[in-house]
Amino acid sequence: MAGFDKVVSSYEEAMHGLEDGMTVIAGGFGLCGIPEGLIAQIVEMKTRDLTFVSNNCGVDDFGLGLLLQDKQIKKMISSYVGENAEFERQFLSGELEVELTPQGTLAEKMRAGGAGIPAFYTATGYGTPVAEGKETREFNDRNYVLEESITGDFAIIRAWKADKTGNLVYRDTAMNFNPMAATAGKITVVEVEEIVEVGELKPTEIHTPGIYVNRVIQGNFEKRIERLTLAK
Amino acid sequence: MALTREQIAMRVAQELQDGYYVNLGIGIPTLVANYVPQGMDVMLQSENGLLGMGPYPTEEQVDADMINAGKETVTAIEGASIFSSAESFAMIRGGHVDLTVLGAFEVDQEGNIASYMIPGKLVKGMGGAMDLVAGAQNIVVTMTHADKRGNSKLLEKCTLPLTGVDCIRKVVTDLAVMEIKDGAFHLLERAPGISVEEIREKTAGKLIVEGDIPEMKFN
Repeated sequence: MAGFDKVVSSYEEAMHGLEDGMTVIAGGFGLCGIPEGLIAQIVEMKTRDLTFVSNNCGVDDFGLGLLLQDKQIKKMISSYVGENAEFERQFLSGELEVELTPQGTLAEKMRAGGAGIPAFYTATGYGTPVAEGKETREFNDRNYVLEESITGDFAIIRAWKADKTGNLVYRDTAMNFNPMAATAGKITVVEVEEIVEVGELKPTEIHTPGIYVNRVIQGNFEKRIERLTLAK
Repeated sequence: MALTREQIAMRVAQELQDGYYVNLGIGIPTLVANYVPQGMDVMLQSENGLLGMGPYPTEEQVDADMINAGKETVTAIEGASIFSSAESFAMIRGGHVDLTVLGAFEVDQEGNIASYMIPGKLVKGMGGAMDLVAGAQNIVVTMTHADKRGNSKLLEKCTLPLTGVDCIRKVVTDLAVMEIKDGAFHLLERAPGISVEEIREKTAGKLIVEGDIPEMKFN
């Protein structure tokens, strides 16, 4: 299995090859299911002018928000942003470009990108600012917008378990955008809670087959909760 | 009296049916979950990838990997399923969700909705709202009838950037229940003690009132 051993032993190795100006697709929803250590490594590397494709942009001192402090992000493609003051400041001053994309369209852009589909029609956003400048077409008496898919130089994701060949299982709603992001990176790097031996995961329980995965690293997660809500 | 947020949610809950898959937006729509009629089973969909959302967790149950679309910690009920964002929006965009309830800044008589952006203020994004309004067959909008300065939110034509076009058929406000069809708001019910005149006064769009308009009933 040597040729299929995707496990790397350092974060340097995990993010090796990331350069200024690249596009990175990141899994996660809010702070749930984000690859914390890989983000920290990008902070360390001081890579700049990055385009990030991610549903959100973290908070001031956690998640992708950490990359704003040193102005490493040039552009965000997201559905919902602005949970942090520094984001707001950079956005309003024009330092940070933001392309707001409906959440389902964003997921589908990643999925299509990973599946080799260059564009797709969707009813989402027709007649709204999202459709401006885009081709539209009518099918069965309904109007649709042509949306182009997305691929990245890198995809950084989080999974619960991985075997050494990169077969992945996600945990609960930490799955979110991770499976689509995994397919859409030229180099897909997975930070996991647990690396298991080949054969330990049942073939039918695997969420992301290892063919999409290039590097696996054992992570160590804080798993910060964005909004703690308790039963009364 | 104008309805409270809870009463708006109670009225929306009357739109539920046994066996419905339902997506509830943030704010008043979330409260609808508290008023599901007894003996009725509905399955709540949360667009981050959870079908069968349960109540908030106890301190022992809290899990950072179990959240809803509002990023709040939640639980899953028995029979729930968890899936990716693409799968979640396939359900939404494919029209498989029976009822969607969401808030809005403005709705107009053509069924257009504006709910995500006020120019000049920081734009945080539409999240899943554009997908939800484009995908659902059955959408209820909840909002106050007028803003704090008394300006109607039920318009002839929305003034803010749109979230979706020609997609809203029902609106429940603190004053009234209305159906949107044929380019007008049709008044179906009024809040207890609220007159048709007051509703007419606070509805900037075309309002059709046919026959006696009953008061909303709460059990």
